[in-house]
Amino acid sequence: MQTRAERVRHALIVVWTIAMVIFVYLPSVCITLASLTSSRYFLFPIKRWGFDWWTKTLDSIQIHQILETSILIAAAVTVIAVVLAFFGALAFARYDWRGRSWYQKAILLPIFFPQSVLGLALLLWFNALGLSLSWQTAVFAHLVWVVPVATLVIAIQVYSFDPALEEAAYDLGASRLQVLREVTLPVLLPGIFSGSLFAFLLSWGNFPLSLFTTGADTTVPEYLYAKMVAGYTPGVPVLGTISTIGAITLLLGGLLVMVFLNRRRRDGAG
Amino acid sequence: MSSGLKTALPVIVFLLIGFAAPLLAVIGFSFMPPRTFTLDGEPTFENYVTIYDSTTYISLLWSLGLAAATVVILILICYPVAYGMVRVFGRWSSLVTILFVVPLFVSENVRLYGWLLFFIKNGVLLGTIKAFFDVDLESVLFTRGIILFGMVYVYLPFMLFPMTLGMSMVPNETREAALDLGASRWQVFREVELPLSMPGMVIGCLLTFVLAVGAIAEAKVLGGQQVIPIAHDIEIAFTYAQNWPLGAALSVLLMVVVATLVLLALRRFDLDRFLGRR
Repeated sequence: MQTRAERVRHALIVVWTIAMVIFVYLPSVCITLASLTSSRYFLFPIKRWGFDWWTKTLDSIQIHQILETSILIAAAVTVIAVVLAFFGALAFARYDWRGRSWYQKAILLPIFFPQSVLGLALLLWFNALGLSLSWQTAVFAHLVWVVPVATLVIAIQVYSFDPALEEAAYDLGASRLQVLREVTLPVLLPGIFSGSLFAFLLSWGNFPLSLFTTGADTTVPEYLYAKMVAGYTPGVPVLGTISTIGAITLLLGGLLVMVFLNRRRRDGAG
Repeated sequence: MSSGLKTALPVIVFLLIGFAAPLLAVIGFSFMPPRTFTLDGEPTFENYVTIYDSTTYISLLWSLGLAAATVVILILICYPVAYGMVRVFGRWSSLVTILFVVPLFVSENVRLYGWLLFFIKNGVLLGTIKAFFDVDLESVLFTRGIILFGMVYVYLPFMLFPMTLGMSMVPNETREAALDLGASRWQVFREVELPLSMPGMVIGCLLTFVLAVGAIAEAKVLGGQQVIPIAHDIEIAFTYAQNWPLGAALSVLLMVVVATLVLLALRRFDLDRFLGRR
């Protein structure tokens, strides 16, 4: 039973949370509004609405290239990160081994590190190795940060994985590869999927690591930053909105797939 | 070789090449003569002497101070939300979680730019006030307060999620038992909820602080360079000044602060308990 005081407190918490959600989304709303202005400068309340800057931005070849670079980097990061993180997560949460607690903490270090400094450190390192900067070096830089995050995301799924399943398969005569393919991978699929979703989206939105490691190639956040610093350009709100909508669409699509995967797994078990 | 070590090996090797080695390169560069771009110079302490004699400590103090303020404000504003996610929202809490995750995937400078459009003269806020009340107010942009505001905004999820995870580790039965035994709400909070959810709190504070110490975009986009954070000093040394060894020495300074905090806090931390193994 809830007392009156408790009901009031819960209502206050709900109101506060709604206020925080509005706080979190307000800037995105402002950017979207600005992208729908037809005039050269953003003046509120908006007098001339229109998609003029959208068509101009979407027609630009330079913007196409930048979007392609961003997607290419994010896709490469996703594939490599998921493979590394899958094994990394098994070591993190599945097996008991001697260096484990040491390993678990080492994984966290790149996450607990200022990213701008990490970007510069990688710049120095690439330079010391004599590598020239391009989208490939940016992929490597993103991985340093994304692999630990993806490892943690997958590890959370691994914790709920019963090792007895693997052992049963071995007892029934399955080979190592068969166990991996028929037991471990399918059971961990939801974790692997959310890990890859995180990997793609974190790479897509990353700025501090890209800034120092892409060389002549440019990603969306980098391009936006360069334009922002240079003064108001109506293309910035448009591309900013595209970047936001892209992230939201992918996340929602991903969540639908997750719901589907979980349902199928439950049906299979029941 | 155990199965554990075997599966850990790819990640360990990758982090040695991608994380440990670059940090060693930074440390190496910080002992190189100023304005050189290779690691084969004669080692020297000159860069550290330059930093010691300069006013860099102001940037470092600003960064540390702003980061500490960010952490304190975030504890206060995130606590009710985290409490709600664990105890009030029920099946709605996954929706709330998703709502707070989305911004993580949009780069911070884009979202800060949204605040710029909100606060700027004739922007969303002041334009609306002007249209309704016909008064011209000064914009709050380009002040120190707005930098703190931007930092609180950007790092909110990094406090919220560990805090929620920590709070979900407090068993409801323990709380109720304490209440049944006559503890006041404040006592339950202080003696049960706070100590049991401490790991999440510590991780949240640590993560926010460390990321906020390296913050740079807030001061640049919203703050109009009212404050020069340490990360900005580092960036200038690497770009305009073309003095990599000095930038490396500054980075080492920041790394020492961060590493001390992280290692102290993580030393006695049980990740298995935190992430789900009972």
